[in-house]
Amino acid sequence: MVPTSYYVVLSAILFGLGVFAFIFKRNIITIFMSIELMLNAVNLAFVAFSQALGKLDGQVFVLFVIVVAAAEAAVGLGIIILIARNRETLNVERVDLLKL
Amino acid sequence: MTAPLVVFFVLAALAVIGAISLILQKHPIHSALSLIVVMVALAGLYLLLGAEFVAAVQIIVYGGAIMVLFVFVIMLLNAGVEEHTSISKMAGAPGLLLVVALAGVVAATIAKSAAGVQAVPQTGEISSTLGISNMIFKDFVYPFELTSFLILVAVLGATVLAQREKT
Repeated sequence: MVPTSYYVVLSAILFGLGVFAFIFKRNIITIFMSIELMLNAVNLAFVAFSQALGKLDGQVFVLFVIVVAAAEAAVGLGIIILIARNRETLNVERVDLLKL
Repeated sequence: MTAPLVVFFVLAALAVIGAISLILQKHPIHSALSLIVVMVALAGLYLLLGAEFVAAVQIIVYGGAIMVLFVFVIMLLNAGVEEHTSISKMAGAPGLLLVVALAGVVAATIAKSAAGVQAVPQTGEISSTLGISNMIFKDFVYPFELTSFLILVAVLGATVLAQREKT
């Protein structure tokens, strides 16, 4: 039996790595992937607490998170294609139309 | 050390290495492959937690559908090696410090609350898949129907966004 706190600490580490990837990476597709990494970290905490409490609510929530992530990926990748077509770059530093 | 603990540490190491590799890889396709490693490792952890349906959905939807979409877009846009300016390289070190602090605070806080959780012994009689389907189609039926509407809107939005403008 693995203690629940182990899963929770792993989830926090993965979330932190996702945040770091989000602020450090410059490619817009990789930034989008780091958002998926953060969602996955939260899912792990949900399932760990669901098992610890003996209730299935957490697992149902994970399924909803996965559905919303799929919808978000579809719309987000559409926006990325649009940016790539209009600005001809994937580097977020070159997408500076609102900058003075 | 018991067998589940060994499996946990192997899968946890795999997930963390995959996440670090996502950050270190320069080419987005390598980052995408690293993310697939993280997702498969997490599916293994879900199996270890006794959530077999979530593990299967994780592999099929995340590892299958979403990551294929990512790889497809990377190839469609012919994404190259990412470039860093000197300012974004400088931002790496303080960002790393802040993220370590964030992860430490979050881990300490929720691990403390997790220690207070009384672990319920698993009976092993009721299948979690049966329980999940009962909950989705009884307690959470309205949110479930709303997600279908959400997906419809997302598909329409993605189609409108990505289509070429007619001249």
